[in-house]
Amino acid sequence: MDKVVSAAQAVSHIRSGDVLLIGGFLQWGTPETLLKALLERDVHDLTVVSNDTGTGETATICLMQQGMVSRIKSTYIGANSHSGQMLIEDPASVELIPQGTLAERIRAGGAGLGGALVEVGLGTVAAEGKPTLEIDGKTYLIERPLRGNVALIYATVCDKAGNCFMKGSTKNFNVIMPLSADIVLVEAESIVDVGELDSELIHVPGVLVDYVCQREDV
Amino acid sequence: MNAKEIIARRAALEPSDNNLINLGIGLPTMIANFVPADVEIVLQSENGILGVGPKPAPGEGDWHIYDAGGGLVTVKPGAMFFDSAYSFSLIRGGHVDITFLGALQVDEQGNLASWMVPGRRVTGMGGAMDLVVGAKRVVITMEHTQKGTPKLLAACTYPLTAVGVVDRIITELAVIDVTPKGFVVRELAEGVTFKDVCDVTDAPLIPDDQILKMRLAGVDNREDDRC
Repeated sequence: MDKVVSAAQAVSHIRSGDVLLIGGFLQWGTPETLLKALLERDVHDLTVVSNDTGTGETATICLMQQGMVSRIKSTYIGANSHSGQMLIEDPASVELIPQGTLAERIRAGGAGLGGALVEVGLGTVAAEGKPTLEIDGKTYLIERPLRGNVALIYATVCDKAGNCFMKGSTKNFNVIMPLSADIVLVEAESIVDVGELDSELIHVPGVLVDYVCQREDV
Repeated sequence: MNAKEIIARRAALEPSDNNLINLGIGLPTMIANFVPADVEIVLQSENGILGVGPKPAPGEGDWHIYDAGGGLVTVKPGAMFFDSAYSFSLIRGGHVDITFLGALQVDEQGNLASWMVPGRRVTGMGGAMDLVVGAKRVVITMEHTQKGTPKLLAACTYPLTAVGVVDRIITELAVIDVTPKGFVVRELAEGVTFKDVCDVTDAPLIPDDQILKMRLAGVDNREDDRC
């Protein structure tokens, strides 16, 4: 099955009010081509779930500057000035989450788990309003699963069926998020025929991926 | 030698051979430069690398290979890449031997405040909460005061990163352990007295039975190391 479309076609599946899972870590391995295509859409009230909401040089900040983003769930927003501004103006719109907890909540959302039990955050603001559970004498926070309507994913190589390879440290959240979204959009530096990508190198199976587009030079 | 280099050279003596180490951003990244040649450590970058090597030469490097600060790095032979869930399984699961990181405040219960100053712009905790809860050993590397204001306190006043996690603090003045009795001074830097450290610490300090002179990696440490 050929899943290759244009970036504009891929992002046409995003609706106002959607929760978007956006891969990448700081300025690297973010789905820039998909995000730029999304800038052309008339959608709003989006929730961005992302490790860090990118930097001043990546495109997530442009979505925010255009007023398309209402909420953020992230671990670190120090490199995106607009996220910092959202936190000041409307603290309830920004949820800061310990990085491993964010990864595990997304993983739980895609792995059929009712959440994750973590010690991380106990005794800090990250525990506020969250129930705890005691198991074998240890106290854990109950962290809820986190899913998205659409995942926007970067891949280094993707075949036409959506099988993805992420080189080096671009795996980050790009490998986890495809399990946890209803629709998965991938942009790839290189798109190849099925069979050209060594099965031993596939990090995300094509069965999880709905649409694939070519990454433009960024 | 400036304060940061003293701290980094002392911290470089903490790892044992074959330790998995995580270095925070800033001062802790200097530590790798001073680890003795006969101690092999494996550096993790929490964005998904085990086996981080030196930075590439300017203009070189592959943008797919970068560390948690966003800077390009190289990797050592035998390095591995993985996703963030696996990376934090290593971290939370107790597989990191030592995490070195800076702090805003540490108190005598081992509570750590390192991510948020009230009234200042909040950037988020990143992976710091996970690291200090999950690592086998938490070593704080920081200057002893913030421009004269004590950072070692009886009780932290800033929002916490974690409760009761700090094992050791290394400053340019001293090596101090968090114990059930409170802060115990184990080592003093050259020319520094116990009283000097007490004067810039806002918590009771307990002198170790035999305080040692602070050893520094790559520097001839005197044979008589009693202070």
